[in-house]
Amino acid sequence: MKHASRLEGTHLVAGPARPSAARARRRAVRWTVIAFATLFVAVVIGLFAGAVRISPVGIIGWMFGGGSLTDQQKAIVAELRLPRVALAGLVGAALSVSGCAYQAAFRNPLADPYLLGSAAGAGLGATIVIVLGVADVPLALPAAAFLGALGGVGLAYAMASTRAAGRTSTSLLLGGVAVASFLTALQTYVQQRNTDDLRAVYAFILGRLGTSSWHEVWLALPWVALACAVLLASRRLLEVLSLGDLEAASLGAHVTRDRAVVVIAASLATAAAVAVAGLIGFVGLIVPHAVRMATGASNRLVVGLSILFGAAFLILCDVLARTVVAPGELPIGVITALIGAPFFALVLRRSGGAR
Amino acid sequence: MQRFRSLGGLLLLVSLLAVACASSSPSVPAGGSTPTTTAAYPMTIDAANGNVTLDAMPTRIVSMSPTATEMLFAIGAGDQVIAADSYSNYPSDAPTTKLSAYEPNVEAIANDEPDLVVYATDTGDLQSSLDKLKIPALSEPAAATLDDVYAQMEQLGLATGHADEAAAQVSALKQKIQSVIDQVGDAGKGMTYYYELDDTYYSATSDTFIGAVLSELGLKNIADQAKGASSGYPQLSAEYIVQANPDLILLADTKCCGQDAEKVAKRPGWSDLDAVKDGGVVELDDDVASRWGPRIADLLQQVGDAVTAAQASAHASVAGSG
Repeated sequence: MKHASRLEGTHLVAGPARPSAARARRRAVRWTVIAFATLFVAVVIGLFAGAVRISPVGIIGWMFGGGSLTDQQKAIVAELRLPRVALAGLVGAALSVSGCAYQAAFRNPLADPYLLGSAAGAGLGATIVIVLGVADVPLALPAAAFLGALGGVGLAYAMASTRAAGRTSTSLLLGGVAVASFLTALQTYVQQRNTDDLRAVYAFILGRLGTSSWHEVWLALPWVALACAVLLASRRLLEVLSLGDLEAASLGAHVTRDRAVVVIAASLATAAAVAVAGLIGFVGLIVPHAVRMATGASNRLVVGLSILFGAAFLILCDVLARTVVAPGELPIGVITALIGAPFFALVLRRSGGAR
Repeated sequence: MQRFRSLGGLLLLVSLLAVACASSSPSVPAGGSTPTTTAAYPMTIDAANGNVTLDAMPTRIVSMSPTATEMLFAIGAGDQVIAADSYSNYPSDAPTTKLSAYEPNVEAIANDEPDLVVYATDTGDLQSSLDKLKIPALSEPAAATLDDVYAQMEQLGLATGHADEAAAQVSALKQKIQSVIDQVGDAGKGMTYYYELDDTYYSATSDTFIGAVLSELGLKNIADQAKGASSGYPQLSAEYIVQANPDLILLADTKCCGQDAEKVAKRPGWSDLDAVKDGGVVELDDDVASRWGPRIADLLQQVGDAVTAAQASAHASVAGSG
């Protein structure tokens, strides 16, 4: 969030005219450094702030193997705060990078990670497991949400591919809308038939970081890391895809296949995030846009920056969620929208003025 | 009357009446009893939803509130209940139906031809729809205090012609609660508790009904610190719960969310809590905990026993270390 004040300066450099390769590289380096610094600051704040006041000196001391923390404080930092920061970062990165990928792949600025029915699919998967009463089986719940999310996207794909027009981005989008409505209706039906489980269903689906543990971190990490790696590797592809299907094809891209790779990777990241943290809105929509507008950079750079800024953004939002009304908690989705929307408007205004 | 002109016929009638009277009083059916008071109908009841007029003793009651169902059965009006909503799972002979209290279907209710509908929340214009159909309805909303519970039981007693039994049940309930308070004595003073509504740490403050009931034992509620977040049911930070280290952890999410003492002990950072180590995790029945019916005394007894046990183990550990 700190970089908002630097916007004007940057935009003078990154004006409409195409900057030279050297300039672009300098800009990439500068923004990468800023992004890492922001993430570092966010992690530090995330570690020091919380419902319980623990001295930062003590925490630093503990991290280096000494210090004056009581056993209880150590437990709070090591088993509650640290995994929560880690999970917030992981989920923020996953949602932002998949939002970025969806927006480019569908050439749709309103695309978000839940676009293709992954949210509805995850909700249905979780609801079924809870209703069947097997939610206690280890991994059953996150696994069902994960598979549900991927199933939703898969269904959208299957629908789009049967259209005579082929897998154009529009038919995929329409397929996603249809699948999302259908799965949501199915989920609501199952839920209404089993209202006893309403609380458990909502507790799982609604965005939540308050019950984070290392277990969830290790569960999500491999998928998020894999998806981030794939999307980083295909960042040039994303730039080509964002030009449009015809242009991309004329540039030699295998549009259908390339888009599939990107969408599958993004869906993996989203599914992993939903499985461990429920549905957290707004992150995947605003972070990539904010990065794009603030840096004026192309998708090539935005993919990586979205990962870093997305992680930082959700960590900081979660800090607010657990400190503003401490020892109470605010729902994380409220924070991401309350902070995200005005911030987004600010970036929009500033970047609009520069152009 | 022609038939009873003879002496024999008259004798037969008298003896039949005697048998009928004799058999009716001792064999009280499980669900209810014949009204004990000669209530004066039509009567007007000053209820939460205004003045409710009953032309005759209701015999076809539809209960749209699990708490009201429990109360009606407790005061002996169970036989007059012909249908209860889908959540009315207690007592076991309650006529549970598919009627939904969350999305009341007035046509389905009217289909049972009720002469009284009892509800807790007026969802989906239930009251105005029933007004249009001229079906009398009593609102017995969520209680804020134990006195509300007593008042609702008495009101239901009055309406159903079981005022005496309701009064008796209320005084029995009061006695039961007082006996728990007496049993606990000063043991609860200064003891803290965390009341868990679900496994994302939603809790209830002392401003809620359950909080008010538990404070009868002198317990301190750790959720009261979070009143700023929400006066009734705040979501607590796990960090805070661990730091507060409550003497008792009261789980009201054993049914909804499958929580138990073992699972609580496995939560990250919770294993060292005193309540976890000393058996202070109490598994409550979600249904009883979320209602305001007569079984609240049983819940209080369960917590009271836990308080007594916690104090005993605290003494033991002091003795052990000293």
